[in-house]
Amino acid sequence: MSKRMIKERNLAHGGWNHRKKLLILTCATAFLFLVIYVIGSLISDGAVTGSFLNAKLPPSTSHPYGTDALGRDLFLRTLKGLSVSITVGILASLISAVIAVLVGIAAATGSKRLDAFIGWVIDLVMGVPHTVLIILISFALGRGMKGMLAGIAATHWCSLARLIRAEVLQLRSRPYVAVSRKLGKSGSWILIHHLLPHLFPQFLVGLILMFPHAILHEASISFLGFGLPPEQPAIGIILSESMRYLSTGMWWPAVLPGMTLVLIVLLIDKLGECARKLLDPYTAQA
Amino acid sequence: MKENGKRFFQILFKHGIRMITLLLAVSVISFALISASPIDPVRQYILGLGSAVSPEQRAQIERYWGVNEQPVTRYLHWLADLLQGNFGESSLYRRPVAEVIGERFLNSLTLMLCAWILSGVIGFLMGCLMGLYKDRWPDRALKKICYLLSTVPTFWLGLLFLLVFAVWIPLFPIGFSAPVGLKSGEVTLWQKLHHLILPALTLSLTSFANVALHTRQKLVDVMGSEYVLFAKARGEGKWTILKRHGVRNVLLPAITLQFASFAELFGGSVMAENVFSYPGLGSAVSAAGLSGDVPLLLGITLFSTMFVCCGNLIANLLYGVVDPRIREVANE
Repeated sequence: MSKRMIKERNLAHGGWNHRKKLLILTCATAFLFLVIYVIGSLISDGAVTGSFLNAKLPPSTSHPYGTDALGRDLFLRTLKGLSVSITVGILASLISAVIAVLVGIAAATGSKRLDAFIGWVIDLVMGVPHTVLIILISFALGRGMKGMLAGIAATHWCSLARLIRAEVLQLRSRPYVAVSRKLGKSGSWILIHHLLPHLFPQFLVGLILMFPHAILHEASISFLGFGLPPEQPAIGIILSESMRYLSTGMWWPAVLPGMTLVLIVLLIDKLGECARKLLDPYTAQA
Repeated sequence: MKENGKRFFQILFKHGIRMITLLLAVSVISFALISASPIDPVRQYILGLGSAVSPEQRAQIERYWGVNEQPVTRYLHWLADLLQGNFGESSLYRRPVAEVIGERFLNSLTLMLCAWILSGVIGFLMGCLMGLYKDRWPDRALKKICYLLSTVPTFWLGLLFLLVFAVWIPLFPIGFSAPVGLKSGEVTLWQKLHHLILPALTLSLTSFANVALHTRQKLVDVMGSEYVLFAKARGEGKWTILKRHGVRNVLLPAITLQFASFAELFGGSVMAENVFSYPGLGSAVSAAGLSGDVPLLLGITLFSTMFVCCGNLIANLLYGVVDPRIREVANE
């Protein structure tokens, strides 16, 4: 391609190439996400205590999402609940991703028997419906935040672990790994210098793509009543409370917080996809 | 043909053994998890009795539950009973767990089967459309819908459906599997269906995206193949090609995928049943977890694992039918 053609193509895209636009988009979504998180966690408990004087108000300018049956402002509750959900999501998917990397590497580099055993464990975790397993783990830890976190972390690592295992198996057959081994490098040296740097993008992308699932599971489990205590603001709890007033025509506590949750999940999904394209352009193109 | 039958039983045997080990492991792990729980099932059981309990009675109940025994002995007792078909008594419903599971599974099965077929049909049709119009507007629009619906939580979609189709436009009832206050014999089929439509629709809409995207990818592969190019050269139209070459290649993998998705189906039905207060296994498992009904919780965990494993087994058997290469690898 001649220089002139490249220049013309760049001009057609407003002077920016695809990658640059992608980078800006990624930064913008990450920034938006951070802003929502910070605002949500800065809201004090006092701001979400309401009075019965303004209970069950429909959305207005002073209460964009209306108020619930106890007169609490639903917009603030939703934001605060989102920040809690995001914290749970980050922690759970981080734990899950670390488990996935450790298990994946162990399966690919360990003995054949270990590999078979890990395959069996993955079948085990996939064999119990996730919702049931999270209920069970949450029950074991006496419900609440800890149980939910452990439950979500314990159920989300399987598919990433399989990916990492396949990736490590592929990397190990590369010539530079073979050369490195012939040069007398130890297994751990190869792991740190050859395998881990290649796995990092996979890890990061897997982490971000796992994140929406974790948040959705958090909302579902809170909705069922196994997550945070009912006085805590969480999307699942707001939605499960809204069920009680649904038949009276109170639509705003059901519709608006749920919509916000879906928008946030879409935002994170977009972020994950952008990150994947930036970090791993070859497979993302295919 | 004889060869095929032998192969079939080989796969069945291999996966059957694996299934048994998995079920055993699930029973051990779930029992250990429940034993570790700070929630005291005996207290919950006594609370559920609703009357004061004398210390002697309490001691008797504790002896029956094996509170003072080692967890391992307790587990072995439980397992021995389980193998004889005795799942214990549910403290929530005051009936044998096996009976509760049997009755509720029938309800759940109706719901899941409807949703399963519906999501399969919608997903397959959408996948075919997307594959045929690859990268054109129907493809892009439907793909957006798929991504959107896979991020929408099942219970929220259920809430929206309730709001729109039961409160604003009162077409459907708010919940339950039959009108309240009727005896089970008096409920007509139409009334049952009427109560089933919204939950089944919710469940299928949140689960068809997977099949749709998978079908699309397969069909795109088929449409790019040389035999389709040749068919086009012979003058076959788009829909004829789809009928003669597309559907035949794509249908079986899609069905296989549907069988492999029993875990998500069950998880989704837990949410849908809770929103619509549908009396199935899903609403029972969350009620059991919330009220500390240990026998029921354990029973449903094992039962749902068995359900998922059956789906996986069928999928594995179908994989061999779909793709002879897998059959050969399995044979080695």
